[in-house]
Order: sequence, then structure tokens, then C-alpha cells
Amino acid sequence: MTERITKSMAKNIYYGGGMFALLIFIALTFDTVQQIPKRSNQGQMTESVVAGKALWEKNNCVGCHTIVGEGAYFAPELMNVFQRRGAGDEASFKAYMQGWMAAQPLDIPDRRKMPQFHLTPAEVDNLSDFLIWTSKINANEWPPTIEG
Amino acid sequence: MKYSSQMVAKPYFIFALILLAGEILFGVLMGIQYMYGDFLFPLIPFNVLRMVHTNLLIVLILFGFMGATYYLIPEEAERELWSPKLAILTFWVFAAAGVATILGYLFVPYATLTEVTFNNLLPTMGREFLEQPLPTKVGIVLVVVSYIVNVTMTVLKGRRTVITTVLITGLIGLAVFFLFAFYVPDNLVMDKFFWWFTVHLWVEATWELIMGAILAFVLIKVTGVDREHIDKWLYLIIAMTMVSGILGTGHHFFYMGAPEYWLWIGSIASAVEPLPFFLMVLFAFTMARDSKIKHDNKIALTWAKGTAVMAFLGAGVWGFMHTLAPVNMFTHGTQLTAAHGHLSFYGAYIMIIFTMISYAMPILRGRLHGNCAKAQKLELSSFWMMNIGMLGLTLALTAAGIVQIMDLRMGTELKGFMESQESIQSIFMIRLGFGLLVFVGLITYFASFFVKEEA
Repeated sequence: MTERITKSMAKNIYYGGGMFALLIFIALTFDTVQQIPKRSNQGQMTESVVAGKALWEKNNCVGCHTIVGEGAYFAPELMNVFQRRGAGDEASFKAYMQGWMAAQPLDIPDRRKMPQFHLTPAEVDNLSDFLIWTSKINANEWPPTIEG
Repeated sequence: MKYSSQMVAKPYFIFALILLAGEILFGVLMGIQYMYGDFLFPLIPFNVLRMVHTNLLIVLILFGFMGATYYLIPEEAERELWSPKLAILTFWVFAAAGVATILGYLFVPYATLTEVTFNNLLPTMGREFLEQPLPTKVGIVLVVVSYIVNVTMTVLKGRRTVITTVLITGLIGLAVFFLFAFYVPDNLVMDKFFWWFTVHLWVEATWELIMGAILAFVLIKVTGVDREHIDKWLYLIIAMTMVSGILGTGHHFFYMGAPEYWLWIGSIASAVEPLPFFLMVLFAFTMARDSKIKHDNKIALTWAKGTAVMAFLGAGVWGFMHTLAPVNMFTHGTQLTAAHGHLSFYGAYIMIIFTMISYAMPILRGRLHGNCAKAQKLELSSFWMMNIGMLGLTLALTAAGIVQIMDLRMGTELKGFMESQESIQSIFMIRLGFGLLVFVGLITYFASFFVKEEA
């Protein structure tokens, strides 16, 4: 097969094909950036949600958990933890989170451990708000089940 | 060795191998903590182990690429390196920054680390693979820029070849796409979208160019095949890489908040992604068959062929397994992703570095015809141990992923995450066993450096 292709043909496929793919990618990037605010309900991104995201990063939560399917696979997916542990009710989810974060690390031998992050109650609420907001992202029907 | 400045490659190679040992060691520790949650806890929590594991991987690949480049550029450009002093200086700067960062991860709580490294001025930390403190990220930019300047100046003043052009294109792409590591929008979806510009476009586009160039260089040297012929193959491979890899980024945009059209574009483009790796297999084996010379360094050619095969398996086959959107709906965020990640990084990037070191290191040590037969034999056994180990742990992770999907995402009686993880303990034990085999393989590889030359 490769006998019929010359070096200059291969070179042209590289430059032509690469440029073509790059241009489409850039065009779609512009469109995606336009659509993301609506698909993620950016209007509901309160100060508390933004503070929660900063806490998520500051404590490297993604080093154990996945969120919207990305991260480490050591601990549960958290995009739909609001539905799973709070049954979609904000007040009960926030109460659950306060208790859960305070109880870490759980004293169960050999169970994987979550560190104690010493967050203030207000910070835990920020984190809850961030997770509630995240649960409403339009991710094309993902995750497939409540267990994530 | 034709040019004395090629010698600067040596510390880069040695340091890359030391970091690799650390990377695998931390992988093994993670494998243990996966099953015994109290192991090393709270001394080193899982997220810290993982950060050290993945960051060492990234940094060691960069060291390996730099060593490979500094070795091959003078020979390709037919002149001494523009500034060997700069190359040595950046080695020490990068090594010091790398070590300091790892020590920071290990001895300072991450939240404190963000505070003392000015993360509040420009928040960039706490994102997968890009956890480095701001000063480290800035350091990486400076080191990479000085590296590119050094390489480009050498090539501009010397001979230009297809290999150097492809290599420099890859390096510039690497530098440009790293800049997205400094952009962290408040909106999580926007954040993830641009995060992939660094992560995907590094490993599935620009790094593939660098890998292709290194592979082509080694094949020219050990097979003596005509350069025209090699160049055509290289162009063909990177053409397929660019066509599939750039739009293939779309396979990460299926289920993270990006629009629906990515389901189609990502699926179609990334279905083509195995092709460049398949071409690499044909390339390596055809060139080996058409060999014009009998090079005494047989093991270097073995690594080159092995790289193509393992990269095809890891990136091509294991990538394709879950790259179509309807399949990815169920596999997204499971151990299957980890399986693919392990074999593709090893097969493509760790093995291309082994290939280069295996070819260049004997020459840098004054053994122009390669190591002695005894050393090559030992190296060959390490080759098999590491390959079988990586394949075994990948198969174990694949099995773990399948069970996880069945437990969490299929049928009506769903298990919870922790319950499901407990049910796959035995698979994680097998994974750990193969991980240890990889570690023993690496130690064997190191031992091959110390086999005495026959008089």
C-alpha cells in the first residue's frame, strides 16, 4: 500500500489534513464556549458555588474522586452525590454533608480512608452548593445510574 | 558519538530513569492502599500518592524527551548543540524544581501548599495531572522555552531534516498547549473543556509527533534504511495522528457538559486514532525486515519494535474499546480508563524513552557497538518482565472496570461504589502482583547497566 504513496503526498496529507482538522476544532471550540453557560446553568453559579469549586481544588478532591466522570477512581463519583445522598433535597443534603465531613476519617479497619480536611461549616456549605450546581449540568444523560 | 555536545543527554537519561523508579514505587504503594485503606494513612493519603505517581510520570517523560532531543539534534543538524551550557543549566533547574515539588507534595498538606505558593494570586492547582504549584508551572515554561530555543537555534544553523522539523513542531505544540494549564475558569464545565487542551493535545497529538521523530531516528540508525523511505513513513504516521488526534479530543467531551455534536465528531475522529499506531507497527517491522546493516545493538531494535506494538495495544486497541460514545456512556470514569491510561503511557512514551536510551546510552558510555551480549541478554529479560507486567496489570484493571460497570451501571439491582470495590479485591491483588513484576523488571533493567564489558 505504501509503495504508491510518495513522500511529498504524505507531506501534503500531513499539512493539509492537520490544518483542516485544526480549523474545524477551533470553529467548534468557539461554538462550545457559547453553549456551555446555558448547558451548565451559569446563571445559578453563585459566589458560594465558586467558593466551593475553589475548595474542591485546594484540597485536591479530584485526587481520589471523579466528578462528571473525571479524576481518580479510588472513591465515588460526586456529580450525582446530591441525588444519591440527599435525594435531591438541598437542606437534607447540606445536613448530610456537615455530618459526613466531620466524621472523617471513618474508624473502619482497612476501609479506604478520606482525610479530615478541617473545613468550617460555612466551607462545607460552599462545597455542598458546588456539588448541587454540578449535579444539574447537562452532560448528555450521564451518569447512567444513581450510583454514578 | 559524533558530537561532544551530545553528552548533555546523559544526565537527562539517568534522571528520567531514577524518576521512573520512583513513579513505579508509588504505583505499587497505591496498589496496596487500594486494598488496605489503613496502609500509610494518614501519613500519605491516596491523593498524595497519586499526585506523586502521575507527576513523576509527566516529568520523567519530559526529561526523556529532552535527553532524546539533545542526543539526536546534533547528529541530525550535523553540528554541535547551540548551547550545551544552557542545556546543563536547565537540567539542574528542572531537576531541582521537580524534586522540590515532589517533596512539597509529600511533606506539606496540599491546602497549605496552595497557600504558600501563591495559588491565591492565580489559582491553577488541584486539577488532575496539573497539580503543580504556580512556581513549578512557571519553571516548566521557562525550562521548555530554553529547550526549544536551544534546539531550534541548532537546527537553524545546521542541516534541516524531516525528523528535526517534526520534532520541533511537536515541541512547540507541547509548549503552546501547556499554557492552558494557567487558565482555570470558575465554571467547572469550561474548566474541564480547556483542561483537555493541555492533557489530550499533549498525549494524543504533540507528544506523538515527538515520539514519531525519535522512533524514526533510532530506526535510521539501527537499520540503515534510506532516509527518504523513513521520511515518507514518518509523514504518513503524523498525518494520521493530526487528522484523528485533534478532533479526537472530542471523545473527552461526550459526557462533561459540552454540546451533543461532540458525540459524533469525537466518536468518528477517535475511531481513526488507532491508525497512526498501527502504521508505527508496520513501519518498525518493515524497516527491521529491510535492514541494510547488521547493528550489534540488537536490543535497541527490539525496544523500537516493542514500542510500536505496545503503543498500538495501549493507545490503539485499549483506546478504541471505550471511545465510541454509546460505549463510553458506561465506561466513562471507571477502571477501564485507568487500564487504557496505564498501557498507553507505558507503550508509547515510556518505551520510546527506553528505545532511545537503549540505543544512545552505550554510545555515550563509549561502547559504539552497543553493550556486550551478556548485558543485552539481561536487558532483554527486563524487556519481557516489564511488558508482561504492564499487560497483566492492564488486563486486571480491565476486568475490574467491567465488574464495576456491571455492578454500578447495569441491571436493576445496583451495588454502591464501595461495595463494588470490595467485591473486586482479588482483581486488585492480581494487579498489584503484575505491578511488582514491572518493578522487578525495572531493577533488572538497571542491573544491565552494570554488567562488565568483556575484554
